[in-house]
Amino acid sequence: MSVTVRAVLNGEERALSGHPMARLLDVLRESLDLTGTKEGCGEGECGACTVLLDGEPVLSCLVPLLQCDGRRIETVEGLAAAPRARAFLDRFVAAGGVQCGACTPGIIVTAWALLEREARPDVEAVRDALAGNLCRCTGYEGILRALAADAGADETEEAAR
Amino acid sequence: MSAAALSPRSLDAAVAALAADPNLVPIAGCTDLMVVDPLRRLAMERVLDLTRIPELAGIREVEGAVEIGAATTFRAIGDSPLLRSLFPALAEAARVVGGWQIQNRATLGGNVANASPAGDSLPVLLALDAALVLAGPAGTRTLAYGEFHRGYRKTALAPGEIVARVRLPRPAPGTVQAFRKVGTREAQSISKVVVALAARVEGGGIADLRLAAGSVAPVPVRLRAAEEAAAGRPLGTETAERVAAAAAGEVAPIDDVRSTADYRRFALGRVVRRMLLDIGAAGAAGGAA
Repeated sequence: MSVTVRAVLNGEERALSGHPMARLLDVLRESLDLTGTKEGCGEGECGACTVLLDGEPVLSCLVPLLQCDGRRIETVEGLAAAPRARAFLDRFVAAGGVQCGACTPGIIVTAWALLEREARPDVEAVRDALAGNLCRCTGYEGILRALAADAGADETEEAAR
Repeated sequence: MSAAALSPRSLDAAVAALAADPNLVPIAGCTDLMVVDPLRRLAMERVLDLTRIPELAGIREVEGAVEIGAATTFRAIGDSPLLRSLFPALAEAARVVGGWQIQNRATLGGNVANASPAGDSLPVLLALDAALVLAGPAGTRTLAYGEFHRGYRKTALAPGEIVARVRLPRPAPGTVQAFRKVGTREAQSISKVVVALAARVEGGGIADLRLAAGSVAPVPVRLRAAEEAAAGRPLGTETAERVAAAAAGEVAPIDDVRSTADYRRFALGRVVRRMLLDIGAAGAAGGAA
């Protein structure tokens, strides 16, 4: 059986067809070639596949296509295309918030949702918002520096002073 | 097929659809349901989405109680000023169910109906003396939450019945509540042990203690031996240790991938002990709120 849902994907109205229990993640990656959204664990533990559903971060590996009807979906591609995103992404790179990159799209999406709600979050707010996004490379320090208003300066920067 | 056909907009329509097709799988936040192998997931052709039904949404005050719609997300529960003030143990539990993304989707009714012994909110519902409003082909009925779990992942839901609302009686004045989850990390981990407590502090002793735990038996359980061990005793280290020992002695945890039976029993005892000491400290400070 196949259902057709109507959704606004990255600002564009789309009709998406597939199995009602198809994972939004697979629809994005396989049917629409939006491969920015990554699959990490596939069971709701790692946050790599985070997208925004009606502006709220959710795990696209756990969202069935059926429940996307009438919803607004934003993926990392949509966010990255926003004019405001440039400075945000540059800060992320400059602060060392990226290493292997597998978690990065999910972290960018969750962080974007946080910054929409709170322009200058503190470390605690960032840690709380990103609790569901695992990163195995950075130790989170670079990510915190990119996002938190009160994150400490880089140790190397400090040493250079 | 249009998506709307699988997403009823009223409780009556949902109940009628379930009555017409008993094989329909009711779905809500899908945070547990989607974590199955793809073949089993794609075998779920006939599903019924419960997330667009007004009767299953919202948090409202009723006579002597608060009712939470079954499709209310943990995010909404954790953010609710009413629930945070009246039922802090539930609000705290809601804030450690997964991370932000999971809290945005996972529902209280789903946690109940899915009936995992590790469900974080379930011991809280036992401690808070919750009742469930169930809706089915014969109409609605109210069931004490303590009678809902009938064995590992077995519930009292009749065929075609769904959880519509969770009703929490307003706590008596002076009730203290506590919640503690023990897992590998704060967010995103399935509990090794989860404990909830509600009690009143009266004349230096504990009254109406309700203790409950998850991940220590095939179903979430009230710790009745521990509750009895506290009856009529003064607050203090001796009582805390006595109650903790009773709690550790009355559960039947298992060894599994997340923990061992021994560790769970030990951790349960320590959490219960700490909760009782904290109540004592709050009582001594005159701050039993």
